[in-house]
Amino acid sequence: MNTLLNNSDLFITGFRNTLTLFIVSGIFSLILGTIVATLRVSPIPAMRAAATLYINVVRNTPLTLVLFFFALGYPKLGLVEIDFMTAATIGLSLYTATYVAEAVRSGINTVPVGQAEAARAIGLPFTQTLTLVILPQAFRAVIPPMFSVFIALLKNTTVAAGFSVAEAGSIRSNLSERGEPAMAGLLWVALVFVLLVFILSFIQRKLEKKWKVAR
Amino acid sequence: MSSVLFDAPGPKARARYRILGVVTALVIIAIVGFIILRFAQSGQFDAKKWHLFTFPLVQQTIIQSVGATLSAFATAAVLSLVLGVFLAFGRLSDRKWISLPCYGFTELFRAIPLLILMMIFYYGLPPLGVQGITPFTAVVAGLVLYNGSVLAEVFRAGIESLPRGQSEAGYAIGLPKSAVMTNILLPQAVRSMLPVIISQLVVILKDTALGFIVTYNEILFQAKYFGSQAQYGSPIIPSAIIAGVLYVGMCLILAGIAKWLESRMRRNVKVVKVAKSEIVAVEG
Repeated sequence: MNTLLNNSDLFITGFRNTLTLFIVSGIFSLILGTIVATLRVSPIPAMRAAATLYINVVRNTPLTLVLFFFALGYPKLGLVEIDFMTAATIGLSLYTATYVAEAVRSGINTVPVGQAEAARAIGLPFTQTLTLVILPQAFRAVIPPMFSVFIALLKNTTVAAGFSVAEAGSIRSNLSERGEPAMAGLLWVALVFVLLVFILSFIQRKLEKKWKVAR
Repeated sequence: MSSVLFDAPGPKARARYRILGVVTALVIIAIVGFIILRFAQSGQFDAKKWHLFTFPLVQQTIIQSVGATLSAFATAAVLSLVLGVFLAFGRLSDRKWISLPCYGFTELFRAIPLLILMMIFYYGLPPLGVQGITPFTAVVAGLVLYNGSVLAEVFRAGIESLPRGQSEAGYAIGLPKSAVMTNILLPQAVRSMLPVIISQLVVILKDTALGFIVTYNEILFQAKYFGSQAQYGSPIIPSAIIAGVLYVGMCLILAGIAKWLESRMRRNVKVVKVAKSEIVAVEG
């Protein structure tokens, strides 16, 4: 308990950065993932191929390597300078977007065929069929897998600690500089994560109940 | 390919699709081209940057680091499969004092970030007097606890998705519960859940890269080491490219095995169809 109370500044900034990373890259990956999923079911072969390639390559790359590239490799390219936090956000968003895309696509597959057929029958083009009819239903169907993607994202934010982002995963190294026992600090971090995951799964159950698709 | 999402294109739509297709291709070529151009302009393709990787000793080290990644992966995969089976059996036990702790265990270790687990082993235990914690044991222990818990859920879902007649028939011929589980339910559950199990194995392979942060001598760790060799021009991007190719290659081989197994299984009519939408591999 003393470890937590005496170093509450470390824990608070750490988890504030973790939550910022989580929320910002969660929003970006949700947007990007939906776009990629749309591309994957679009009528244009080139778009389908591009989305499939992106998903297959990034899903088979470890997140650590993605962040490695953005944190250590990107500055060497001499482009616009970004700080580690932004680099981590970009890396996490690009990585998580592939999982979001797969979840959305499996949601699109669960929407009954009749829905899309009805939409086409009243003359809606592809974009409207998708955005007005299919996607709203698909999102409701994929709440559980989508939340497991976001829980994974929350836990993955700790990887950014390996690349000089001062978030929850880096609390340990800061604590050891202050001579605090590593174990106590780590266990507190673990406990907070368990709580956060618990809150997320609580929200998941609420949303599931609220947005249940009546079929 | 025909999809329910759009009508078969007429002549006008075909022309529009063709234009959009060309535009997409151009945009992608522009993006990839820009990246490659940036790489080239900042000298990432210079012979000097890649010179380091022509030394046989460096190549040997890279192969050794691939071996380190694979050995952590193999050990963790086998142990987490075993742990997963035990935890799944525990959760399905009729006795509350067995099933409740197993439930708590799986929920707990699925909620703690893998990196924090590894750090608990690597940085947390030695000061408490635990001897012999190497980066390898920390990486493997973290991977096993996390993926064992995830796999336990997968096995449990597989066993519960089997028709009840299977276990009833087992009891009817007088088998005890342990034999029903191991001889009847588990083999079928493993078969129907094989795609999910293999995609979880891909997750284990990818997560060995976290060992880089707890100083395990695997591919990424070596990549960073080589990337910071200043006398060879700090080839961080070339070494990231090499590491990327190695990881994507290994994961694609595993995914290919998964696809092959799945197509083999589909020929077998005895395999129970499991509602896929209910079971989604947990990515770490």
